[in-house]
Amino acid sequence: MIEVKHLTKRYGSHTAVSDLSFAIGKGQIYGFLGPNGAGKSTTMNIMTGCLAASSGQVTIGGYDIFEEGGLAKRLIGYLPEQPPLYLDRTPREYLRFVGRAKGIGERDLPGQIERVMAVTQTADVADRLIKHLSKGYRQRVGIAQAILADPEIVILDEPTVGLDPKQIIEIRDLIQTLGQNHTVILSSHILSEVQAVCQTVLIISKGRLVACDTPDNLERLFAGSATVQITAEAGREQVDRLLSAIPSVSQWEITEAGDGRCSAQLTGQPQDGEDICRSVFLAFSDARLPLLRLNMAKASLEDIFLELTGDGQGDAADEPSQFPRQDGAEQEVEQT
Amino acid sequence: MNAIFRHEISSCFTNLTGYVFGAFLLLFAGIFTMVYHLNYQVANFEYVISEMSFVFLIIVPILTMRVLAEERRQRTDQLLYSLPLSMAQVVLGKYAALLCMLLLPTAVICLYPLLLSAFGDIYFPAAFGAITGFFFLGAALTAIGVFISSITESQAVAAGLCFVVMLVNYFLSSLSSFVASSAFASFAAFAVVILLLVLILWRMTRNSTVALAAGVVLEGGLSALYLTEAFEFSGLFPEVLEHLSLFQRFYTFVNGIFDWTAIVYYLTIIGFFLFLSVQSLEKRRWSE
Repeated sequence: MIEVKHLTKRYGSHTAVSDLSFAIGKGQIYGFLGPNGAGKSTTMNIMTGCLAASSGQVTIGGYDIFEEGGLAKRLIGYLPEQPPLYLDRTPREYLRFVGRAKGIGERDLPGQIERVMAVTQTADVADRLIKHLSKGYRQRVGIAQAILADPEIVILDEPTVGLDPKQIIEIRDLIQTLGQNHTVILSSHILSEVQAVCQTVLIISKGRLVACDTPDNLERLFAGSATVQITAEAGREQVDRLLSAIPSVSQWEITEAGDGRCSAQLTGQPQDGEDICRSVFLAFSDARLPLLRLNMAKASLEDIFLELTGDGQGDAADEPSQFPRQDGAEQEVEQT
Repeated sequence: MNAIFRHEISSCFTNLTGYVFGAFLLLFAGIFTMVYHLNYQVANFEYVISEMSFVFLIIVPILTMRVLAEERRQRTDQLLYSLPLSMAQVVLGKYAALLCMLLLPTAVICLYPLLLSAFGDIYFPAAFGAITGFFFLGAALTAIGVFISSITESQAVAAGLCFVVMLVNYFLSSLSSFVASSAFASFAAFAVVILLLVLILWRMTRNSTVALAAGVVLEGGLSALYLTEAFEFSGLFPEVLEHLSLFQRFYTFVNGIFDWTAIVYYLTIIGFFLFLSVQSLEKRRWSE
């Protein structure tokens, strides 16, 4: 469906996208994942013909987006990061304009508009001025515009940014509905969103594609280590002594929390997760030191993301500004 | 193109610019008709039209400031780029809509001589010739306005710049009489103009080799011409300025001459600036 070959985009000396290549097949939901400024929007803008690439090629359904823009653009519907809406129009007028521009005949136009308004649930605001609509409704009108004329590919750039949690869930449901008979590509820096919605994830960092797989496969591939976190009512030396006696714990880091408590983060081989928990529990109970917390974290998409995008250091603490933890990203650390 | 055209027409009427534009034109047409025909009892409608040309200084910026600048500010230009439309279709659609905005009040003005003929002898060919010239003058100025709107994303900047350009154009023939008419003065003036053009070229392309080459070729050609035919240069610059003035061409229509070359000149200006607008939109994709 879409083929991107050796795409490069430079702004003066700054390279926003460098030598990006990937192919996108039919009828799935793809997620573009990357920190802010990774080149997601730039890539999407080039794929939809809004920007010209410095070098490289994009073909949509066999048509080159630069050479045969008219034909290629008929296959795509695009919602840019900021919905491109005429604020002094009503959604109906706006969709009528977009429909005509997409070449829908006057006879089919009202039916098509009704259809997309039903799908995006915007029918009840159809005759209010867009400037009076809430952000959520504006986003929906933007999506309605993208799916008008039933393009095979729908590209959505950060479709849930700035929405409240309820709206986010609604938009996600909408995207899943769209995924049933369109190829949907969405970009996001919110991991839970990509994990919940997408069948394939493309992780982009600093303008390069660093991974492309299903969320499950990525988790399996990158489950580099098992991590167990504990908090105990014990001194640093006691905890250190007990942990060094457990063979499956390869590495640990102790922080003193005050009030005679210590927290520690333990790492071991991925298959040893439960074994570490068991040994820690027994060791502390034998020493009659109360464990206040014991939980096992498995590598989540978030860790993979940070590892792939954070200069290979894989440490969340090193990259606080690159990855704002938003909306439920914390919940992804699975607890046992 | 049809979609853009209909969209633009309706937006001219939703955000008042259409009404303001029409009202301004008709208001001044009314005032001058009253002054010339009712007060001074003159039977030449061309005088009314001639007086009205300065109204364009104010209303053309109002009409054109929004047209492309607002798309850019609202980020709706991304929609236009992603729709299956070529930039030529976008510019032509918008320009056609603006022409309609100009055509409507002009059509109303066409009724005035008919109405006045009931009370005296109006020479229709001169009157309608002047109105035709007036319309083409407006169309050419509008094309310039569209281009100016395409290079900025602020309506205010577009309007200000457009006003300045119209103003300079309006006074171009008077200004040209202040320019020294000696051969060397003309040569120097042309040299400065070429330098400015080369600077603009360099600024737009950021390619110093091309700009430098163009500069050397043009300045060299100019110097060669000056050295061989220095006599021809005397008074040339003011003359060229006067010929470039859009308003000056319009006054021949007022004087009762239907000047086809002027029409061709206006059409050329329209084509040139619409082409530049398309290029300006295309360029934005490369440098954004």
